[in-house]
Amino acid sequence: MSKLPERYRVSLINTQNLTLGYRGAPVLRDVTFAIERGEIVTIVGPNGSGKSSLLRALIGALKPVSGSVTRADGLRIGYVPQKLHIDATLPLTVHRFLNLPKRQKTDEIQGALLRAGVPELGRAQMAALSGGQFQRVLLARALLGTPDILILDEATQGLDQPGAAAFYRQIEEVRHALGIAVLMVSHDLHVVMAASDRVLCLNGHICCEGTPEIVADAPEYRALFGTGTQGTLALYRHQHDHAHHHSHDHDHTDEHCQ
Amino acid sequence: MMDDFVFRAALAGLGVALAAAPLGCFVVWRRMAYFGDATSHAALLGVALALAMDLPVIGGVLVVALAMALIVSTLSEHNVSTDTLLGVLAHAGLALGLVAISLVPGQRIDLSAYLFGDILAVNKGDVLLIWSGAILVALLLLWRWQALLTATLNPDLATASGGHPKREQLILTVALAITVAVALKVVGALLIAAMLIIPAAAARPFARTPEMMVLWAMALGAVAVGAGLLGSFQFDTPTGPSIVTAAAVIFIFSTGLSPLLRTR
Repeated sequence: MSKLPERYRVSLINTQNLTLGYRGAPVLRDVTFAIERGEIVTIVGPNGSGKSSLLRALIGALKPVSGSVTRADGLRIGYVPQKLHIDATLPLTVHRFLNLPKRQKTDEIQGALLRAGVPELGRAQMAALSGGQFQRVLLARALLGTPDILILDEATQGLDQPGAAAFYRQIEEVRHALGIAVLMVSHDLHVVMAASDRVLCLNGHICCEGTPEIVADAPEYRALFGTGTQGTLALYRHQHDHAHHHSHDHDHTDEHCQ
Repeated sequence: MMDDFVFRAALAGLGVALAAAPLGCFVVWRRMAYFGDATSHAALLGVALALAMDLPVIGGVLVVALAMALIVSTLSEHNVSTDTLLGVLAHAGLALGLVAISLVPGQRIDLSAYLFGDILAVNKGDVLLIWSGAILVALLLLWRWQALLTATLNPDLATASGGHPKREQLILTVALAITVAVALKVVGALLIAAMLIIPAAAARPFARTPEMMVLWAMALGAVAVGAGLLGSFQFDTPTGPSIVTAAAVIFIFSTGLSPLLRTR
């Protein structure tokens, strides 16, 4: 994307030696990380490894114990939370939901619903949506106001495998159409990793980082997830290589696992 | 007309119904029922303090209700299981208030007026105070409406789009303390939470959007005030509890109707 030397490039979000914890108990330590414009980065890691905490710190919902989070000036974040429980006592149409917190023009709302693949749902009640529809409405909301980056926290939780795969295809389409950065946490290892430019494997700290192939080969990753995913991943990469052009040229110098 | 005590009572009741409706909706949506209980029960302690220090009752109630609301709101942030804690605070607040009032030296106090309200005794000044409070609460909630709704859905979602969910929580806390202070004279400490929750819950089946739910809660709350006043004259029953009873009857009817309404 940008041909500027690295030192002139401004990351969308970067962290320096970020340490996070709840009430004294550290969950993630010493994370130095950056995401650039247009990049797809996936965070993997076992339960309790600090994935969600990292995302919450990046959006500003969790204060660091130490270290820092820097967001680019005027950064617009489209956030899809892990789960969004809407109390049954709260009547809310999809259209009204998409007008929060800022009121939007009707055609922009329709556009976002279309891009998320659910143009017909505007008048539906949020409580009446299926799991897949709900996630797509969350995606539509995240896309409103032309964000610079989409942040998704296990957005396919509760979807079956075809549903999850369809959701990720939608994300890839959106990313291709709009050229925005995507940062996501996921459990669907092979599907997600194959679609990523870079994978971050967390387990209380960054245990390895790099392209999907490098991470899948890393002993740290195998220790956490076993070797089973690697074959599927390689197969997926092979089939999709032709369709997976990168439109940016961020450097891959630090793609090794410590 | 302001000289007619029935008219003043109706006006006072309407003021409370209008302030309680939007706030009550948030109490229901955010599952803060005990939060309302704890805050309104603490009002009794405010009455005791005000009487002991010879200050205006409403001032004491406002201060203590605000303090209790802040305590509850802070504690609920730091604890996962707040249900028990809120229950303890709500009932401890009530008991402490009753004990404190009994310790106030001097003339005997009509306790039931503070527990169940004494809407027929409101004077012009009370009506003015109730409406000032109601309008203040309405303006506060209207001003923060979009942000409050977003924070109610999901605090992280609000933060990600540049909001401050903690600030919105504080706004609700202040609005609750004001509502408790102005509603004390009308329905009493024991029934304020009922006026918050019941009209809002009764409004739910009629609404497709949050705004419609608030309007319905206002309308049903106003109907409950009218019906409760009439009923209390007809059957010579205490007015505050009669209003809440009317609201409960409306709730039962609306819940019964809800399967029919849901097909829309």
